Amino acid sequence: MDANDRLTIGGHEFRSRLWVGTGKYKDFAETKKAIEASGADVVTVAVRRVNITDRSKENLLDYIDPKKYTILPNTAGCYTVEDAVRYARLARAAGISDLVKLEVLGDERTLFPDTAGLIEAAKILVKEGFIVLPYTNDDPIVAKKLVDIGCPAVMPLAAPIGSGLGIRNPYNLKIIMETVKVPIIVDAGVGTASDAALAMEYGADAVLMNTAIAGAQHPIAMAEAMKYAVYAGRLAYKAGRIPRKLYATASSPIEGML
Amino acid sequence: MVNEIQIQVNGEPRGWRDGGTVADLLSDLAIATERVAVELNLEILDRKDFGQRSLREGDRIEILGFIGGGCESKGESDGRER
Repeated sequence: MDANDRLTIGGHEFRSRLWVGTGKYKDFAETKKAIEASGADVVTVAVRRVNITDRSKENLLDYIDPKKYTILPNTAGCYTVEDAVRYARLARAAGISDLVKLEVLGDERTLFPDTAGLIEAAKILVKEGFIVLPYTNDDPIVAKKLVDIGCPAVMPLAAPIGSGLGIRNPYNLKIIMETVKVPIIVDAGVGTASDAALAMEYGADAVLMNTAIAGAQHPIAMAEAMKYAVYAGRLAYKAGRIPRKLYATASSPIEGML
Repeated sequence: MVNEIQIQVNGEPRGWRDGGTVADLLSDLAIATERVAVELNLEILDRKDFGQRSLREGDRIEILGFIGGGCESKGESDGRER
C-alpha cells in the first residue's frame, strides 16, 4: 500500500483506511488473525464490566497489542446521552487515549443513531477534550452540525449495523462528502467487498466494519478481501473514473481498416 | 481485628475488610490496574488514587475493561458479544 496515503484525524495518523471491529468472532485467536489479514491499524472495542468471578478468562488486549494498533473505544449499547458520556469517560479512564467512537442509539431494532442525542453528547465530550468520532446517520445536515461542534471526522452509516445491505443512500453520502471538510468514515452496513470498494470510490476516507468480516463463512479470507477492496476503491477514487455515457465510444481506431 | 463490611462489586454483593483500598480489592481479584476503569459510587477514579481510596460500608464499585466490540455490543467480557 502507498505509504504516503495517510489518514490524519485529530492529530492521530493512520496507515490503513480499513478499520475493523473486534466483536462476534469465534475466539480471540480468530479475532487476531482476521485483524492481521485485514491490514487494519484501527480496531474498535467496547467497554464492559470485567468478569470478576472467572479471572482465568483471557483478555482481548492480550491478543491485540495496543502499541501496534490504535484502540478505538466505542459507546456501543448506549441509548441515552448520559450513558454514552459515562462510557466515554470510563473508556478514557481505562487509559488508552482521548479517542472515542461515539454512539447514541435510537432504537434496538434498527440501531439507528439518535442524532439529537448524538449532537448533545458530542458537545459535552468535545468540551472535555475528547476526540469524538460520531457514528451518525447518512444525513448531511447532522454531519455538518457534528463538524461545527468540533468532531474531527464523521462516521455515517451505509446501512443498519450488521445488516450487510451495502450503501443504501449513495447520494446522501456524496452530499456529506461535499458538505463537510473532515474525513468521512463509512461505518456499518457493509456486506461484502464491493460495498467497501464502492464507499471508497465515492470518496470516503475510510470504512469501518465488523459483522461483514466476523460473520462471513470464512472471516479471515473476508478480512483479506476487504483489505484489497478498500485499497482498490481508494486507488480508483484517486485515479478518477470515466464519466458514464449512454452510447458506446470505440476504443479501437477506425483508421487503417479495410 | 479487622471489621468486615459489605460492598457491591460489579453489581454483586461482596464482603470486604474495613479500610481496604481500591488497589487492595483489584489485587485480591487478580485484576491488573492498567487498562481498567474504576467507578466508585458513580465517580470515575484516577488510577493514581486507587491506593488511597478506602472502601466503606455500602460502597458500589464498578470495574470495567475493554472487550471485543464493533458497532453494537452487549453482554460481559468474553469476546463473543453481538
